[in-house]
Amino acid sequence: MGNINLQKVSDAYFDVLKEIGNIGAGNAMTALSQMLQCKIDMRVPQVKLLNFQEVGALMGGEEQIMACVMLSVEGDITGNMMFMIETSSARRLINKVMMGYAQPGEAEFSEMELSAMKEVGNIITGAYLNSIASLTNLKIYPSPPALTIDMAGAILSVPAIEFGALGDKLLLIQSQFFDEARIDGYFILIPDLDSYARILGSLGLSVEGLSGEE
Amino acid sequence: MSEIIKVGMADLNICQPPDGLTTLGLGSCVGVALRDPVARIGGLVHVMLPDSKSIHNSQSMNPAKFADTGIAELVRRMEQKGAKRSRMTAKLAGGATMFAVSGKSEVGLVGQRNTQACRQCLAELGISILAEDTGANYGRTVIFYPESGEYQIRAVGRDSYII
Repeated sequence: MGNINLQKVSDAYFDVLKEIGNIGAGNAMTALSQMLQCKIDMRVPQVKLLNFQEVGALMGGEEQIMACVMLSVEGDITGNMMFMIETSSARRLINKVMMGYAQPGEAEFSEMELSAMKEVGNIITGAYLNSIASLTNLKIYPSPPALTIDMAGAILSVPAIEFGALGDKLLLIQSQFFDEARIDGYFILIPDLDSYARILGSLGLSVEGLSGEE
Repeated sequence: MSEIIKVGMADLNICQPPDGLTTLGLGSCVGVALRDPVARIGGLVHVMLPDSKSIHNSQSMNPAKFADTGIAELVRRMEQKGAKRSRMTAKLAGGATMFAVSGKSEVGLVGQRNTQACRQCLAELGISILAEDTGANYGRTVIFYPESGEYQIRAVGRDSYII
C-alpha cells in the first residue's frame, strides 16, 4: 500500500473506474434533473491518466473561466470531489434554480447567486458520493463545499498538487453532462492513491501486484 | 519577430529577448522568473510543490516540479547559456489559496508553503527577489519579458498589471 502505481491501476481497472464515474454521475444527474425539472443527458465518463502539462487542455484551455464547487472527502475514502461548469452555463443553471430571479447579463455573480451555485454543487456532488458510498459500502464524509470562479488551470492545480506529491501524473474520473439549454459541466472525482485501492478492494478486486516500480 | 514560449505545469524554460515566457493559470503553484540583464537571458519555472526532499518516490523524476530542484535546474540551464548567478534577480507570482476548504485538508496551505520554499531557495542561492505578487485567492496568468524584466500578471476580473 501507499505506493500503488497509477499506470497499472489505470490500465487494469479502467472499466471499473469508468463505471464508478457512471454510477456517481448518473445519480448526480438524477438529482439535478429533479431539481431543475428538465431532461439532462450525460456523456460516457472518461478515466484519464494525464501528465501535468496536459491538465490545462482538459476543458478548453488553462484560461477557460470555470465555476468550481469543491468538497474534500474524508472517511474510508479520502480525496477531492469537484463539480466544474463554464461560467455561462453556471449562469443558466443558477437562473433555472432561482426561477428567473438571477441577474441577467455578464456582470459578476451576486452573493445570492454564488450561494445558489454552491448549494447546487453540494446537492449533486452529495448524490454522486452517496451512490459510491452505497455501492462500495465505504464511509464517505464530504466537507462543506467551497466555491471559486477562476481559470481552469488554476483550479485544476489544486488536485494536481495533491498528486504531485506521489508521482508525475494525475488520475481522474471525469463525467460530462448537458441539457437542452446547453449546460455543460464536469464532475471530477480525485481519490487519493490509497483510496483507489480501497474502492477497488471493496468491489472484490485485488490490487495485489499494483504496488512498486514500473 | 518575438515569440512567447509557453511553460506548462511542473515545467521550465529559458529564453533570450525579444522572446518572452508565459505560464497560464497559476493557482497554488508559483511561477519563478529569473533574469540576468547583462547576459540577456531569462527563465521561468512553474513550481508545484515546496520540497523534493520530503518526498521519497522514484516515480518523481521531474526537477521542475519542486521549488528546490526546479530553481536550481533553471539556474543551471541559464548558466549554460552564459548567465551568471551573481547577476540574477527574481520575481515571483502565484501561490494562491484557491479554495477555502475546512477540515484537516492541507489544500489551503500549499500555496503559502510553495511561496516560502521559493523565497528560501532563492535566498540560499543568493538571488534577490525584486518583486512578488503571491497569495490571495485567485489564479494568475503570467508573462515574463527578459528584455525589460517586466513580469505581467493577468487575473480574472482584474486589470492586468506589471511587477
